[in-house]
Amino acid sequence: MNPRRKKRLATTLAVLVGLGVAVGFVLFSMTQNIDLFYTPSEIINGKNETGVKPQIGQRLRIGGMVLPGSVRRDQNSLKVSFDLFDQGPLVTIEYDGILPDLFREGQGIVANGVLTGPTTIKAHEVLAKHDEEYMPPDVAEAVGKVHPNGVGNKAAEQTGGAY
Amino acid sequence: MIAEWGHIAQILALIVGVLLAIIPMVGSYRGWLNWMQMARPLAQLQFLLVAIAFAALCYAFVQDDFTLSYVAQNSNSKLPWYYKVSAVWGAHEGSLLLWILMLCGWQAAVSIFSRALPLVAIARVLAVMGMISVGFLAFIQFTSNPFETLLPFYPVDGRDLNPLLQDIGLIMHPPMLYMGYVGFAVAFAFAIAALLSGQLDAAWARWSRPWTLAAWISLTIGIALGSWWAYYELGWGGWWFWDPVENASFMPWLAGTALIHSLAVCEKRGVFKLWTVLLALSAFSLSLLGTFLVRSGVLVSVHAFASDPSRGLFILAFLFLVVGGSLALFAWKGAAIKSRGQYDLMSRETLLLGNNLLLVTATLVVLVGTIWPLIHKEIGWGTISVGPPFFNLIFSILIVPFVFLLGVGPLARWRRQPIGQLRQKLLFAIGLSVSAGILLNAVFGDVEHFHAALGVVMGLWVVICTIQEILANQRGNDSLIKALGKMSRSHWGMVFGHLGFAISVIGIALTSTYTTETDVRMQPGDSQPLAGYTVRFDQVGQLQGPNYRGTGGEFSVWDGDRKVAQLHAEKRQYLASGSVMTEAAIDAGLFRDLFVALGEPLGGDAWAVRLHYKPFVRWIWLGALVMSFGGALSICDRRYRLARRRQPSQITAQEVAG
Repeated sequence: MNPRRKKRLATTLAVLVGLGVAVGFVLFSMTQNIDLFYTPSEIINGKNETGVKPQIGQRLRIGGMVLPGSVRRDQNSLKVSFDLFDQGPLVTIEYDGILPDLFREGQGIVANGVLTGPTTIKAHEVLAKHDEEYMPPDVAEAVGKVHPNGVGNKAAEQTGGAY
Repeated sequence: MIAEWGHIAQILALIVGVLLAIIPMVGSYRGWLNWMQMARPLAQLQFLLVAIAFAALCYAFVQDDFTLSYVAQNSNSKLPWYYKVSAVWGAHEGSLLLWILMLCGWQAAVSIFSRALPLVAIARVLAVMGMISVGFLAFIQFTSNPFETLLPFYPVDGRDLNPLLQDIGLIMHPPMLYMGYVGFAVAFAFAIAALLSGQLDAAWARWSRPWTLAAWISLTIGIALGSWWAYYELGWGGWWFWDPVENASFMPWLAGTALIHSLAVCEKRGVFKLWTVLLALSAFSLSLLGTFLVRSGVLVSVHAFASDPSRGLFILAFLFLVVGGSLALFAWKGAAIKSRGQYDLMSRETLLLGNNLLLVTATLVVLVGTIWPLIHKEIGWGTISVGPPFFNLIFSILIVPFVFLLGVGPLARWRRQPIGQLRQKLLFAIGLSVSAGILLNAVFGDVEHFHAALGVVMGLWVVICTIQEILANQRGNDSLIKALGKMSRSHWGMVFGHLGFAISVIGIALTSTYTTETDVRMQPGDSQPLAGYTVRFDQVGQLQGPNYRGTGGEFSVWDGDRKVAQLHAEKRQYLASGSVMTEAAIDAGLFRDLFVALGEPLGGDAWAVRLHYKPFVRWIWLGALVMSFGGALSICDRRYRLARRRQPSQITAQEVAG
């Protein structure tokens, strides 16, 4: 091999090795940083696809409908708790902070948090979509399964309008 | 009636687009001069037609023409006129028309400001842009027509524009962003034309550069505007969420940043040709991918636009056509293109290549993080979300070598740079930036906040290296002023681009580290400490706006006995849609923002109140503006104007055949 080719080979190898390391690292950190999405019934019965139940202490993302009448506020702080449902089982969300403008009883929300008990989640973030009619597709899908003509399905069709 | 004319103009624009895509392209292969000469007038005519369509739609909005379903869904007679105009691009159909208007605008601009370009090249560039415009005009015509009517039964009043969008930020953000997205179509078209002719030379790079820079500037400003808008309008004080739609605009920006740098190398040194072409193809493909992600509704996002399977499918097919077609062309023609220049391992070329690779890595990371949830779900592993921790982690790692190379690059020579000659400057810059960064952080912040110190060190490193590079221009007996005066505008462009980046890095590091956020329960009369200030909730009152009503909270901020700011935060309920909006009150400053937002009413006069203290948050957007200013300086460089003033080249038989 002439020196020029040698240099080229070295450069190519360096780039490939660097790329491999980078890809490995990215994939690794991604597995560390993804939040699995559950619905309330999946928390209790295990995920639909795999049947795996979340473990206590696990970070996760949950989506469901807020059970009307379940919102309980602390009188002296911003602590609040409410129940989420999709197909029956209830899961309690505890949160300390300001709920989004579109948080309503009976509406779909998504929360990020940690499972602290078999059916309790301590949320660090609660999301409701900007549009009244919008529902996260995951939630719409989960809820739509129970109410084929209900709220969920309508929301699944009508996601338009919000920017 | 006017709306019908708009619709007709839109259909005519589609037909003209088809002509533009075919006639000049065929002419360029056959060597038919008059066919090639059709390119310019056709491009300008198409722009005119799309402009008519767009103006007609604006007119329909201003006149409250609710016979158009798009107007009925996104406007309301009570809306102030300026929001009626901005409502044109407030939802899917209209924003697509705006996108096409921008595309045709670029097309017309290319046809006007490229007199120096050989006719073959201009014919092909405009034909490629014509093809893209056909794709989008067909898309709008067949799947999302803003001129669709509700006749004979139309509503008396419209459903109103989404309140989030009733804001100055939204009037400006989408047009800038689209101008950037679509601007990369010019670089794309130039790259395709160059591949077709097999002539990838310095001249090609010189022609593409100003257009690419213009697109990059628009995208930079567009993203900054979006971030600023999210910060004050969404009401929770964040400025970047790693939301799929943000990522969609960030990917072309990263690729575009790599592109403007590799174009510079290509123009000056004649190397990296294939790499540059690949970047030009990627930048536009990523813009298209972004459009697909946003429009198809496949991703969960705060920017949930209309999701309609046929729309998603159309864009996906178009995306495959563009990406597949251009990559196939690249594979077929690319092999014949040789870079002539040579360079050593230690040279400015290598350093620039290094940063190009880092930018591409960052692009890929964002791409993977954005579409991984999609893939994960399709495989059947369930729904997941890839959140900010992932992106933050990777970016805080990637940025360190990136900033290091960014500092060294401009100091190094082209072709060959013995390390010994740089040692002194680099050691000086490292020593000064590290010690000053740590010292500043220790004095004004907290010693243990490593990230803040690192951010300041990186910012200072770029600033010091940049200053050293400027000073190095002083040679012989010239005074410094004279030496500075001799620097070309594109050189100054680089200086400002890099300084702007440093400003943003410092802003990001300090804001992320030192922000204080508290959510508290407050009643009128209550006081709350916030980062050394005291925030007092003075009173609440009722509000009555043109198309909303709500509650206003008066807050005053005190530094000891001195009143710093009077803030007025609002909670609005829009009448037509019933949606609730938070209008945050912000006391902005160069070194800190004070941010107050009303959360939810807690019974009686008590409110959940959000109080933020955000140091240096303005620097993030200020940096983006300085970067854009740098880009603008580069465009104004003499050599691009000289290239324009030169006589139009004669078309030789060889060029035609090529």
